[in-house]
Amino acid sequence: MGKIWSYNPGLPCAEPEIVEKETDILLVGGGMACCGAAVEAVRWAKPAGLKIILCDKAALERSGAVAMGLSAINTYIGENKVDDYVRMVRCDLMGIIREDLSFDVGRHVDDSVMAFEDWGLPIWKKTEDGKTLDGAEAKAKGLTLRSGAKPVRSGRWQIMINGESYKCIVAEAAKNAMEQMGENAEIIERCFIVRPLMDANEPNRCCGGVGFSVRENKLYIIKAKATLIATGGAVNIFRPRSISEGQGRAWYPVWNPGTGYAMVLMSGGKLVLMENRFVPARFKDGYGPVGAWFLLFKARATNAFGEDYIAKHKGELEKFKPYSEASVIGTCLRNHAMLIEMKEGRGPIYIHTEWALQEAMKTMDKKEFKKLEAEAWEDFLDMCVTQAGLWACLNIEPEKVPSEIMPTEPYFLGSHAGCAGAWCCPPDEDWVPDQYKEPWKEIGLYNRMTTVKGMFCAGDTVGACGHKFSSGSHVEGRIAAKAMVKFCLDNKDYNPTPKENPEELKKEIYAPWYRFEQYKEATTVYEINPNYLLPKQIQHRLMKLMDEYVAGIATYYQTNKIMLERGLELLTMLKEDMQLAAARDLHELMRAWENIHRVWTAEAHLRHVLFREETRYPGYYYRADFPNIDDENWKCFTLSRVNPETGEWEMEKFPYVQIIPDPLGP
Amino acid sequence: MPSYVNPEKCDGCKGGEKTACMYICPNDLMILDTEAMKAYNQEPDQCWECYSCVKICPQGAIAVRHYADFAPLGGSCQPMRGTTDIMWTIKFRNGVVKRFKFPIRTTPEGSADPTLGKPDPDLSAIGDNRLFTEVADNITPAVPEAVAWK
Repeated sequence: MGKIWSYNPGLPCAEPEIVEKETDILLVGGGMACCGAAVEAVRWAKPAGLKIILCDKAALERSGAVAMGLSAINTYIGENKVDDYVRMVRCDLMGIIREDLSFDVGRHVDDSVMAFEDWGLPIWKKTEDGKTLDGAEAKAKGLTLRSGAKPVRSGRWQIMINGESYKCIVAEAAKNAMEQMGENAEIIERCFIVRPLMDANEPNRCCGGVGFSVRENKLYIIKAKATLIATGGAVNIFRPRSISEGQGRAWYPVWNPGTGYAMVLMSGGKLVLMENRFVPARFKDGYGPVGAWFLLFKARATNAFGEDYIAKHKGELEKFKPYSEASVIGTCLRNHAMLIEMKEGRGPIYIHTEWALQEAMKTMDKKEFKKLEAEAWEDFLDMCVTQAGLWACLNIEPEKVPSEIMPTEPYFLGSHAGCAGAWCCPPDEDWVPDQYKEPWKEIGLYNRMTTVKGMFCAGDTVGACGHKFSSGSHVEGRIAAKAMVKFCLDNKDYNPTPKENPEELKKEIYAPWYRFEQYKEATTVYEINPNYLLPKQIQHRLMKLMDEYVAGIATYYQTNKIMLERGLELLTMLKEDMQLAAARDLHELMRAWENIHRVWTAEAHLRHVLFREETRYPGYYYRADFPNIDDENWKCFTLSRVNPETGEWEMEKFPYVQIIPDPLGP
Repeated sequence: MPSYVNPEKCDGCKGGEKTACMYICPNDLMILDTEAMKAYNQEPDQCWECYSCVKICPQGAIAVRHYADFAPLGGSCQPMRGTTDIMWTIKFRNGVVKRFKFPIRTTPEGSADPTLGKPDPDLSAIGDNRLFTEVADNITPAVPEAVAWK
């Protein structure tokens, strides 16, 4: 076999067939939010005679952040007040959230959780005598949430599940819903929508999306009256702690490259709080979840010398009053205390699983302890198998030895413990402050619509209302879907007319492959060519510069104005080089577009961090030149937008309005 | 590499257009070599070890060798996924073996009813804040107990 120009090719690229479709509602994504949207949209669209198309980059059965499964549902209100849920979200996200959006999620979310159980998701229950039943045992005894049975709470808001098939079950309901529409609904799997279509006649109006199949050479141009962008968060924008294969073991799903944030920016829409990032402290390397260990099994974390670092740094954390005074201290502040210990050389940080399990053993018989041990392993096997595998590879039995924990590389998301995303329309109700409605008065108040007419968001792509998690994302998809149906009915005569013609779109979307074909024989290896960069090369350059200049792990999450400005210069050159991206096959064409989305997301983050002259989230990142929280000047939203006419970034402050009265936290 | 295919067991899903692993991988990693009629992971450093391919493979031909940059060799987790339960076999590097069985769903596959037994809502409710289930059950969604800005 020849050595030059050799590589292991994916499915070959060829001149794509152009497939044009027209629908009322386009759902982009396939995770929890889009599955929720499908279920709700069908109920209203069917009687209204509307059409729906859903495009998923992967297969609905196992796509999105819940693909592997989950061991808990983190948002179930149950016996709590929705008002207290909003207080919890507000406190953990350092005082600045859209309380209207969070309240809206909180008041509907249990409806989705009960639906999951109806569809077959096993949910643990507590019996009257205090015993724990797994979800199957409970169902067999007729103990369901609807019948008033008590779920097993790990924390105040979380309930335990046997969630290996969580996504399969939720996707099945969405597929079954779409099937009820007959010819009026279609699910297109392996279709990667890469950018919005904008209307030729109305500058601030989205009229669908364009993308391609990663399985066959087809370009999809989908015209729609209303488009939902529910494509998840952003991963692998920063250099990860792992350096080779382990890069795949991102804490959040490795296939989420910030597509939604990029699509909102490309259309001229506004993003909010893009400086917010999540740096989870997780089991080192395997990134196994710590929630159940801390909350359910009552494990404690210490430095290398057994000292409780939160208690030790109480005085330091007081600097961040009132956020450090809540009943549950903010996630970023716990990271802050951990980072002090790491920087001062008192690592590794341990989570003492062995103390927790040995304590439990004292009050349990052998059978009960076996059950507890199984529950502890299931926590990993349901949602992060690698962590179980890593314990096995390292001979770690959690009842005998502790495990290391470590803060990860930064991630962007709007549904977990972060709040980056699109600036979205509130519910049009009288308890919602007028300031929040004002931006939509001209284009129409439709719940979860972005500042672009006809473009909606849900789940990770909605900003300023974190802590929705899987269930909240599902219900947010439902909320958005109902508003989209109303939007379609109110715009019945609208005829989506994209700005670009199909040939122009084809040239743009397939550009990386055309470039490869043009230059591939200019050198004897495909990987080194002065005329182009392969997607992986672009990604690595992005991850390195974000890490070094924009508060990654290399600097213990610190940056300053001058570093950020230098980072922006380098990023600008990377953007220029990105125009020279090449793709050898369909898989690389997907990667090329993913990296375009990553770079948009990265720039938004950098510019937001530069704009907000304070350290709002100590433990997630530090502006070393503004090391404190500055409520007087910065207790506000930050919004960004790229002006579609000039290409210039526009940053603004937007006032935060408190809706739920004090106290700050629940 | 993270997920890998045993060539003795893989039958390329018997020449179907796509293999089960290729169908399911959320990150478009599994691909069929149509000459050898065997599947492989085309980009191991982008594998999340989500086990979707391992669980779906009808031949049990796929396993995971954990990430080389931090996992010593020898440990493994292998699932057997049925319609109601999943069984895991955990093998430690030092030979310890643990087995666990967990439920995965309580209803027959395919049976999830998206209507939840509710009738389709009347379109006159399209402008209010109720989801279709809430319309059917005549539930009025909550509003805040008190509003700070008022």
